[in-house]
Amino acid sequence: MTATTINPEEIGKFQKMADEWWDPTGKFRPLHKFNPVRLAYIREKVIAHYGLDERAMHPFKGLRLLDIGCGGGLLCEPMARLGADVVGADAGEKNVKIAALHAEQAGLDIDYRATTAEALAEAGEQFDVVLNMEVVEHVSDVSLYLESCCRLVKPGGLMFVATINRTARAYALAIIGAEYVLRWLPKGTHQYEKLVTPQEITSITRRNGMHVIDKTGVTFNPLKDQWGKSRDMAVNYMLLLGKDA
Amino acid sequence: MAEKTAQASGTGHDVIIVGGGPVGLTLAVALARSVPGIDVALVDRRPLSVPKDARASAIAAGVRRVFEAIGVWPGMADAANPIRAMKITDSGAGDIARPLFLSFAGEVGPGEAFAHMVPNTASAKALLDAAEGQVALYAPAGIAGFTGHGGRAKVTLEDGRILTAPLAVAADGGNSALRGMAKIDVFAHDYKQSGIVTTIGHELPHEDTAYEHFRPTGPFASLPLKGNFSSLVWTETPERARTLVEMDKAALAGEIEAVMGASLGAVEVADAVQAFPLGLKLARRFAGDRIALIGDAAHVIHPIAGQGLNLGLKDVAALAEVLVDAMRLGEDHGAADVLARYERLRRFDTALMAGMTDGLNRLFSNDLAPVRALRDFGLSMVDRFGPVKQGLIRHAAGADGAKLLRGVAL
Repeated sequence: MTATTINPEEIGKFQKMADEWWDPTGKFRPLHKFNPVRLAYIREKVIAHYGLDERAMHPFKGLRLLDIGCGGGLLCEPMARLGADVVGADAGEKNVKIAALHAEQAGLDIDYRATTAEALAEAGEQFDVVLNMEVVEHVSDVSLYLESCCRLVKPGGLMFVATINRTARAYALAIIGAEYVLRWLPKGTHQYEKLVTPQEITSITRRNGMHVIDKTGVTFNPLKDQWGKSRDMAVNYMLLLGKDA
Repeated sequence: MAEKTAQASGTGHDVIIVGGGPVGLTLAVALARSVPGIDVALVDRRPLSVPKDARASAIAAGVRRVFEAIGVWPGMADAANPIRAMKITDSGAGDIARPLFLSFAGEVGPGEAFAHMVPNTASAKALLDAAEGQVALYAPAGIAGFTGHGGRAKVTLEDGRILTAPLAVAADGGNSALRGMAKIDVFAHDYKQSGIVTTIGHELPHEDTAYEHFRPTGPFASLPLKGNFSSLVWTETPERARTLVEMDKAALAGEIEAVMGASLGAVEVADAVQAFPLGLKLARRFAGDRIALIGDAAHVIHPIAGQGLNLGLKDVAALAEVLVDAMRLGEDHGAADVLARYERLRRFDTALMAGMTDGLNRLFSNDLAPVRALRDFGLSMVDRFGPVKQGLIRHAAGADGAKLLRGVAL
């Protein structure tokens, strides 16, 4: 085992939770299933935007990237492997410790911080790429939150937003279906009135100097048992926003 | 760079390949060529150099495309001889005439040879040249230990150096030390046969044709090399093999002519005669914690169809694709779900090939009349039923599966 910055007592406490986060068949299975489609989208768009070498082992080398609401680090680690200089932010102290422990064991250097988008923006931090994945549907003030996120993007930089649309179909599938019928997610994970539409995100971010570069729906194919991109944005969707230079 | 290159516990790499034979080297070159900036370590207990080896190996069309896709085929093409036709005969002990049941004159694509005979020195040189400067070499260096827990593969060398990576690959042969250290069990069966190999010169041109003669003691194959030379491989009982190895070359040439008939005219033995025991070995798993098995470390099959190396290089094509796809997404390429993809791709093909060669060998290695009748029937059915024959040829040529086997770069 390598030297660690986390004290041994905490390792004991967090190891089990870290194992849980990173078990592709466990409690966080839905996120693991969802990851490939998100990763492929981020990779493709970042490489195209910055004109990077798509065959390289570390194509994101030199890019500073922020993952807001990083949880156990399911997105941070792939981003670090692709070569990005990664900051993972999560308001939950526990999540940050779990993520740091796992990264340490994987031999990855990721800067995890227990902080918020608002605090980072206040400190004047800026990034080439900001990942804002499955977060907006959980915040209390979407406008304020997105405003801070926009400030975190360097001029000419990118922000990815992934979330669930506020439609009748989203209510039926993402809440009733995923939480009550299929039990992919704990009951109460999502509340209908907190869901955000693409139009709302577009107009809030436009007021904060950002424009839509691309948008895509994400749908689950039960036959293939995997998620894929789709033109249907009525339930899950991703937006790619660019900061005006 | 985000990946730490040196940790307190050893030197960090992206992949550690143990075994610098053709299979391990091809994987190293495929990864280095497909993913610029990748850090591949290659470990071998011997110094890596072109072997003093007069032997040649049959390279199926699909595998040749792998060599083309990773840019090493031009380095071996001049020394390679195409196999454009394959003639299979079944000669019973008492038969005078040797009826020709199957002749695989088919080609994979129009004008494309379904296999090439490539001298081992030519393939080794082309692969070593391509690997030069692209991989971190640890050779000569034996391995002393392996662990795959805690999210990293850790390989300890005999000199005490420690290498770590998300994944270690065992390419160290049928008696793989790394496979043993990873505690992956092997199913083994001794065929109680010996394989004999040598090279002959012959009076008549081979016309790029391979001959396979099925005899009661087992199959006998001649494979066309450059000029009027052919590579021979056949099986005998261990006792008979010892006799043949000790026989003087003129007498041995007579024995060979007796088996081969008049197809190549008078022959002379042009190389040392070697004998080795034949067995079937199949690893119970092709992947474990932070380890993947390729080539003979995963499977040793009967050489009856000349598929051993081809099967290993198909492992390389599948593993390289799975790993490169994972790396491109930033996934942990040594994680269990990634290795499960590789295992799924290779288990069936391997079992099929092991079963086919094992079955072929059992079918042909005896002289019982009922079995003879059955196999005569079976072979003539295959010959008459075109699609089956085409399927068999296509499979033997490896025209299925991975991108590299279709000549597509990763």
